[in-house]
Amino acid sequence: MNPEFIDINDFRARMETLRRTGMNFLRDIIGMDWGEEGLGAIYSLENTSTGQVLQTAVRCCDREKPSIPTVCDLWSVAELYEREVYDFFGIHFAGHPDMRRLYLRNDWVGHPLRKDYNEDEAINPIRMENEIPEDVQRPYELAEDAEMEISDKLTNKIHGDQYIINIGPQHPATHGVLRFRLALDGEEIRKIDIHCGYIHRGIEKMSEKMTYPQILALTDRLDYLSAHQNRHALCMCIEKAMGIEITDRTQYIRTIMDELQRIDSHLLFLSCAAMDLGAITTFIYGFRDREKILDIFEEVTGGRLIQNYNTIGGVQYDITPDFAKKVKEFCQYQKGKLQEYNDVFTNNIITRKRMIGVGILSYDDAISYGCTGGTGRASGWACDVRKRHPYALYDKVDFKEIIYKNGDCYDRFLVRLDEIVESIHIIEQLIDNIPEGDYKVKTKPIIRIPEGRYSASVEGSRGEFGVFIESKGDKSPYRIKFRPMGLPLVAAMHKILKGAKIADLIAIGATLDYVIPDIDR
Amino acid sequence: MFDFSTITTAIDQFLHSVLPSQAALLVECILVALCAVLAYVMLAIVMIFMERKVCAAFQCRLGPMRVGPWGLLQVFADVFKMLIKEIISIKNSDKVLYNLAPYLVVMSSVLTFSCLPFAKGLQVLDFNIGVFFIMAASSFGVLGILLAGWSSNNKYSMIGAVRSGAQMISYELSIGLCILSIVALSGTMQISELVAAQADGWFIFRGHIPAFVAFIIYLIAGNAETNRAPFDLPEAESELTAGFHTEYSGMHFGFFYVAEFMNLFIVAGIASTLFLGGWTPLHISGFDSFNTIMDYIPGVVWFLGKTFFVIWLLMWVRWTFPRLRIDQVVSLEWKYLVPIGLLNLLIMTLCVVMGWTF
Amino acid sequence: MEMKKPAIKSIPYEEFKDNETLEKLLNELNKERTNVIVGKLDDIINWGRSNSLWSLTFATSCCGIEFMAVGAARYDFARFGFEVTRNSPRQADLIMVAGTITHKMAPVLKRLYDQMAEPKYVVAVGGCAISGGPFKGSYHVLNGVDKILPVDVYIPGCPPRPEAMLYGMMQLQRKVKIENFFGDKNRKHNSNDIPNEPIIVTNVPITPNENSEEQ
Repeated sequence: MNPEFIDINDFRARMETLRRTGMNFLRDIIGMDWGEEGLGAIYSLENTSTGQVLQTAVRCCDREKPSIPTVCDLWSVAELYEREVYDFFGIHFAGHPDMRRLYLRNDWVGHPLRKDYNEDEAINPIRMENEIPEDVQRPYELAEDAEMEISDKLTNKIHGDQYIINIGPQHPATHGVLRFRLALDGEEIRKIDIHCGYIHRGIEKMSEKMTYPQILALTDRLDYLSAHQNRHALCMCIEKAMGIEITDRTQYIRTIMDELQRIDSHLLFLSCAAMDLGAITTFIYGFRDREKILDIFEEVTGGRLIQNYNTIGGVQYDITPDFAKKVKEFCQYQKGKLQEYNDVFTNNIITRKRMIGVGILSYDDAISYGCTGGTGRASGWACDVRKRHPYALYDKVDFKEIIYKNGDCYDRFLVRLDEIVESIHIIEQLIDNIPEGDYKVKTKPIIRIPEGRYSASVEGSRGEFGVFIESKGDKSPYRIKFRPMGLPLVAAMHKILKGAKIADLIAIGATLDYVIPDIDR
Repeated sequence: MFDFSTITTAIDQFLHSVLPSQAALLVECILVALCAVLAYVMLAIVMIFMERKVCAAFQCRLGPMRVGPWGLLQVFADVFKMLIKEIISIKNSDKVLYNLAPYLVVMSSVLTFSCLPFAKGLQVLDFNIGVFFIMAASSFGVLGILLAGWSSNNKYSMIGAVRSGAQMISYELSIGLCILSIVALSGTMQISELVAAQADGWFIFRGHIPAFVAFIIYLIAGNAETNRAPFDLPEAESELTAGFHTEYSGMHFGFFYVAEFMNLFIVAGIASTLFLGGWTPLHISGFDSFNTIMDYIPGVVWFLGKTFFVIWLLMWVRWTFPRLRIDQVVSLEWKYLVPIGLLNLLIMTLCVVMGWTF
Repeated sequence: MEMKKPAIKSIPYEEFKDNETLEKLLNELNKERTNVIVGKLDDIINWGRSNSLWSLTFATSCCGIEFMAVGAARYDFARFGFEVTRNSPRQADLIMVAGTITHKMAPVLKRLYDQMAEPKYVVAVGGCAISGGPFKGSYHVLNGVDKILPVDVYIPGCPPRPEAMLYGMMQLQRKVKIENFFGDKNRKHNSNDIPNEPIIVTNVPITPNENSEEQ
């Protein structure tokens, strides 16, 4: 799909019109460096009621001081997306309330995804001194004889005399290395400031130097709990671009694997949510059952957590002869265990008190923040990519999209539990009918994608995972962009956290179910 | 039932016969302190081992297996390690209070521990307001926790300490009410007499409904006093990393760790003393031969058996339940437990006055 | 000169890989033999230390999930005495660097390490922590955690299997067991004299059936 290029002067007016006409879901903002033609961004929009999809693009010719009007008042999620683009491309978004770097350190030199970025280690060495927060003034010396004074002058992001506390980057409840700066009033949270980038590995920049099969290896490490789905998305995108028809057998295998991965991820979600709320036994139960899926993965793909299974044109290896038997055994086993989780955790009075009515995300906010996946569906938004834009075999199988109305922590939790049941249901429809045939079609030894822009998205374990490739016809992409599933969820945090307590932050963080390497890429 | 006071009196007389009375007293004090601390440490080690095995059993795991047979020596390894681990002193902390806090916590729990009647006559402190003393001694443990949080110069510790202050002081009230209803039933505050009064029937049976309600409330409040899940907010692992003892390392942390387990033992010990008859054996009136057999089992076994049963109950709860939120903790106490406790005390008094007890 | 060889229950000494590094370290530490009493005390202390290695809950990415799996029902590292993962660095004995360390994370990791109380050990888990792994060429990735911390054991893999992590932990136990607490040949204190030789875990030997214990 080619985006509609808008002149920078009309850009703001056009986006406002689009927003008014029902383009209420901003899927992604893709920062671009078109070299001589300037810097810019591609906006991927969707109308959630009609399903109409549209891409717009804007270009700014000034490479020294690029500036584009902001859209973060139209779509709330744009606030973080625009900070990301600013961080990577140095494009300033005029009118953005908080134009800071999102991923890299404040003292980072240059904007790495620009084509003219200087990767010299000497410019950006490993800085071992602590980062000075942007809202705290740098320390200054008074005089030779006087003592050094550190001023904690705070800007408006987090107010002065509030109790400021850091959660993360190394904290048991952030599921990785996310960092929140909280301003507290007693136990209540007044403001939250999100710092990402502690696991930013620059996958998108690395990909620009790699061939397509090499990039495949990195997708598994984005969100390791939807490793399979991530790779599925990229393979799908490349296959679409090259016009490769994949066999039915592959489609079956991919769909079953995707769903197994989803169950795996949701079991881990259950475990971690339980642990964050303090129920450690449930954590172990989830892991115990998750091992059964990992056994199946290991037998077929050779990998437990990271499978490296999908490949362009098919899958890496054929399934093992007793794959179907093992999967069916697992499905039976897992169905019985769901009741155990309910008994020990879900129906516990404390769990319900901790989650019901806590951290409510409204329907409109869910769309405005682009919170896809279980979080969106808990708020009543039917955002399942498997239903909206079916891929693989999802238009052939019968399954229910789980939708809850309240959008609180408990609903977010239940959505995932119910989705385990639906995933088992999908697997059971497919597992007996895997057709014979090749598991992989022959592709050319060197894969080149014809010039153009391609995108594909799949329903990952925690939302819509999208891939965007701009190709110039080379072995490696000119620009590749992965839509993170977790970034919109984190963006919505400060909305959800209105009036919450510290303990609620933990419950909300657990049920939003983000994975940090996926946010940071 | 064997009376341990015969042994202690014999030792006392022997010391007095060979030493001047002041010196004899001193030696006795040292002996008693040694025994108490030794028992304290041994029980702590047993408790830690038990906790690991119990939690492993609930979680489909095996728990410690490799250090000694069935991992029996695991806790000793932990203790050795902890003893020689560096104790970090924190910049900008209140040094005196920071170093004092763990000792306060341990002191409080050792003091309370010494009031527990392990068997007839086997008790360090026993005087006519023993129950009152237990409550006083156990409640200054919160001071240690508050000081630990305050003096560490750490924001997590601070929040943990303030939480624990709010929680422990609130739940003290419920414990008091429950103990009061037993005192109303028995008419004494001396611990040895409380236990002796249960020789014919434990208070939980004699006081029937009000005693049972008091027992349940006591277990809930006692669990909160020991800062264990679902009331482990002061050290909520997933919220405040390690809560009030975040900055403590080495044996200072070890003191908090041990004190937590021993407080659990003390809570369970008091529960078994007040409600389950302490060291008195199970007697069912009418079954004389059964009662005689029960009498052959020593009092220490009865006491420890009952106590470890209560501990096991509390561990079951600890490994099953999620954590409460601070406002829920406080509202549970002030909106539910205290009113029910007060009403229960009233009913108990009424029962005693009207003679509706067994 | 006969040396004391660190013993691990149910795995013979010869079956461990990379014994050469261990023996080299042992020789250097034992150049001047300590007397019997101190040696025995050392043994007790090392027995305590090696059997009670509490790790810090530290995970940045994929390896962290496998690390959680090691603690869960099937692999259960509590069996070996690595029972408790502490969330506070002050109370932890070792840091399992599980996952990629980026430029932004490096100072945080260093600070965490500095906050830990002695004796402390570092285990680098997975390709990323060892050398940058698949992200070696990236502009924001630290190529090997040994650039900022003294690493004791490397556990390769992407991510390593839980068995490999258990094996790596046993190697660390062996390393702890040959340390001297008394005397001036204390490895940690004289780190200038004795290089901190890491043990590299390769080809995990098939251990007796204990790894498949499951209820």
